[in-house]
This record gives sequence, C-alpha cells and structure tokens, in this order.
Amino acid sequence: MIIAATLAIFVVMSMAIIRAIAGPTLYDRILAVNMFGTKTVLLISLLGFVMGRPEFLDIAIVYALINFISVIGVLRYSDSAIFKHNGEDIE
Amino acid sequence: MGTALAIVWMKDLLSVIMLSGIYGLLSASFFVAMDAVDVAFTEAAVGAGISTLLMLVAITMTGHKEHHSRHKPFLALAVVMVTGGLLIYGTFDMPSYGSSMAPIHMQVAPRYLNDSMQEIGVPNIVTSVLASYRGFDTFGEVVVIFTAGIGVLALLSAVYRSEEITKIHLLNDSMHEQHLILRIVSKMLIPFILLFALYVQFHGDFGPGGGFQAGVIFAAAIILYIMVFGMSTARRVINQPFIKLLAATGVLLYGSVGVFSLFSGKNFLDYNALSANPIAGQHLGILLVELGVGITVASIMVIIFFSFSGSHVPPKRQQKSTGENNAS
Amino acid sequence: MDFLLNISSSLCLLIGSFLCISGGVGILRFPDFYSRMHAVGVTETLATTMILIGLMLQNPDALVVLKLILILLLTLFISPTASHALAKAAIQNNLRPKLDKRDNNEQVTSSNR
Repeated sequence: MIIAATLAIFVVMSMAIIRAIAGPTLYDRILAVNMFGTKTVLLISLLGFVMGRPEFLDIAIVYALINFISVIGVLRYSDSAIFKHNGEDIE
Repeated sequence: MGTALAIVWMKDLLSVIMLSGIYGLLSASFFVAMDAVDVAFTEAAVGAGISTLLMLVAITMTGHKEHHSRHKPFLALAVVMVTGGLLIYGTFDMPSYGSSMAPIHMQVAPRYLNDSMQEIGVPNIVTSVLASYRGFDTFGEVVVIFTAGIGVLALLSAVYRSEEITKIHLLNDSMHEQHLILRIVSKMLIPFILLFALYVQFHGDFGPGGGFQAGVIFAAAIILYIMVFGMSTARRVINQPFIKLLAATGVLLYGSVGVFSLFSGKNFLDYNALSANPIAGQHLGILLVELGVGITVASIMVIIFFSFSGSHVPPKRQQKSTGENNAS
Repeated sequence: MDFLLNISSSLCLLIGSFLCISGGVGILRFPDFYSRMHAVGVTETLATTMILIGLMLQNPDALVVLKLILILLLTLFISPTASHALAKAAIQNNLRPKLDKRDNNEQVTSSNR
C-alpha cells in the first residue's frame, strides 16, 4: 500500500513539473514549485518507510521548512517592479 | 532532464529560478533514493532553499530578461560535444554502477567502514569520515566558505552611503504592516526552526546532520526573520560587527583544535591528543569541529544575505497604506 | 488489533493518494491561476494529513510518531500561509482572475429563481 501511495505521489510530481514548464504566468510556476516541495516532503517520508530507515523524517522536516522560506522569500520580493503583470504574458 | 532543458530554453530569469528550485529538489530526491542521507540533507537545505533565495535577491537588483546574444556559438558547441563524447566513451571502461569490485570499494572505504566504530565510536560514519578521518579537507571547505563571505563583503560594502541606507530601510519597513498573517506565523515558527538547527547540529553523530546542514538551517531562520520583519528591525536585533566576528570565530575554533593537537606532540588535527581516553578525545574533537563549521556557515550566510538585500530599493506605490502602526 | 491497524492505515493512505491525484489533475486542468491555487491549497493539506496518519498507524514507535506529528503540525501551519501569501502577492501585482462574462443588470443571487 505504501508503494501505491509512492507511485501516486510520483504521478502528481510530474504533473506539477508539467505545470511549472508550461504555466503562462510566473505565479503558476511559483505555485507549482510550492506544490512540488510539499509532495517531496511526503515522498521522503514514504521512501523512508519503504526502505526501513526512519531517519529520513529529519530530511522531511527540513524540506518543509526550506520550501516555506523559499516561497515567502519569493513573495517578499514580489513588490519589486519586475513582477508587475500588466496583462501581457511573462513568457 | 526535462527541467534542465527547460531551464536552458527559457528567457525569463525569474522562471529559471523557480525551475532551478525544482531541479534542486529533484536531485535531493535522487540522493534519497540512492540511500545517501547526509548528501540529500545538504542538497535540500542549500540547493533548493538558500540558493533560490539568494539568486532571487540578486535578480531583483539586475534585470530579469536574458540578453539576446549576437553571435551563434557554433565553435563552442562543437568543442563541448567532442569533450562530452570523449568523457562518455571513457565511462564504458568504468565498473558498473554499484558493483562491489569497483576500486572505490576496495581500498580506503573498507577500512573506514570496519574500523570507524572502534577508533572513533560515532555511529554516523559520514560524520566520522568528514570530521575525523578527512578533517583537513573539511577545514579547507570552511576556509573556502569564509573566503566567499569576505569576497562578498569586499565587493558589496563599498557602495553604501549612510543617508541612502536609512531612506531605503524606511521605505522597506513601511510595507510590513500589511503582512500581518505572515508575521504572526513567522513569530511562531522561527524559535522552532532555531531549535531544530541546534538539534541537527548535535545529533549529527547519530543520524544525518552535522555542521553544514545545521548552519544553513540556522541562517534560514534568521533570513526569514529579516524578510518578514524588515531590515532596520533586523539590524537592531543582529549586530553586524558581531556576526562578522562570529564568522571568524568558527574558523578560529577549527584551527585551534588542530594547533592544540600540534602542541600536545601529535599531528595536526589528531583528536587523540585532546583527552586521556582516545575515544573521548575523538568525540570532543568532532563536537568542537562541527561547532566551528556550524558557526561559520550560519554567520557567512547571514552576512551574504545582508549584503545582497541591503541594496534592494522597492518601488514607490501609488496609494499610501492607511495603517501607520509601529513595525513591531 | 494488528489487522485493524493495517486496514485503517491502508484506508488512510488510499484516501490521501486519491486527494493528491485530484489536486494534481486540478493544477493541470483548471483555467485560471486562482482556481488552480484553490485546488492545490485545499487538497494538499488534507492529503498530507491523511498520508501522515496512515504512516503513523503503521509504525507505532514513539519517536517516529512524534516526528510525524511534528511534520503534520508544520504542514498545517505552513501550507495555508503560503497560499495566502501567494494570492495576496498576485492580487497586489494586478493579476486579475478570469471572471464569467455576465451582463451587469442581471444579478444572480440565491433568492432569484
């Protein structure tokens, strides 16, 4: 059952990558990165259980925190002029 | 690989930064799948988190569209392809992935794996190799990090003029009353992150962790504080000269452990000289050395972030914010 | 007792994976940034909760359960805050949601039939 959950998370991560590459605006890409980070936390925990090593949970905690800090960092600097979305698409 | 291709193809540098964040997380997942826990830890903390943040801050100061280059670099492409082809041809002679007859498994690694528990007594063999068997390499790495911090300081501190700084920081701070939810959640999370960094630092003997990872996590907590609460509050809390002193102290701590061993009549960085019982000496040596690494890495990351973001000038807004409360 | 733990753990993992995949499908197929963010933000928190509870039921060792509870609490704090910050930044930078085209005279409220 854990292996099925791991496969499901792989599928979702590839969906997030597709959205990150193809998202028309910048915010789609930030959203995809955030989602990818959360799914990575789950993936690490599941892989830890599959391989029988509970030490991986430390890595999962670190990923969760670092993902949060990255997204907050991106948004904190989003008031800079380069993020303005004036109706034209940022490629 | 699709991510790497997309990184090269895109012209908008902000998207490139986002994609390189995904790339860092992907490589960390590969390391986890290959059962290399410490490397995955460091890759997660540094490659996916801090470098995305630092690149983003750098881009807010430069432009965000890639320059269209005038000439087509065909000669460079040909050279790269020939070299790459030769390298790939060379890998056919190497032993297959994971085979136990590979030279890397025959010479030094069995001695580390078999004797580490008796000689050093630390369950995490990565830490024992990093801090004791190859302690001199780690000393070099710490000095490299310290030099990078000095380089950044040398390049970026020369641009300051003090009245401009105050004006920039006032502009920066006036926007932080709007981010109420972020401030409250960060107030709850930051003590926990600092505590977790200390846990990773001292638990590095028994599980994944150690000085580098702990330093990066510590610096990430302080960077979160700076981002959410503003530069002037941060400058009041974190004294700039004190942080510079701390960075030097870490390297000094590492070096003095080595010099102490020298004065006791043994080799440089030989931890058996630190105490009567050699195993206790190894434990003490590893503890001090990892502490030095953690202190230096944390302070250098904070210094680099201060230098980068101190020059960030936010644009003026059309409507003034109506709340004029205090920033704390 | 062991059998019951196994069954409930598998159930939680199954629900969690289903929610995860539906969030992934949502991020691919919804037409607009705000709807995508809604899909991701809602499903991701609940999917994480379910999968972590499923893992907790599988391995009742005390330290592992404690760390899993820690990850759960962190995710419950972090995920909604990140969605909030993302939406706020998008609105402040003039990213408009794709609204339905309606005439301004016909106001459809819940009392009209």
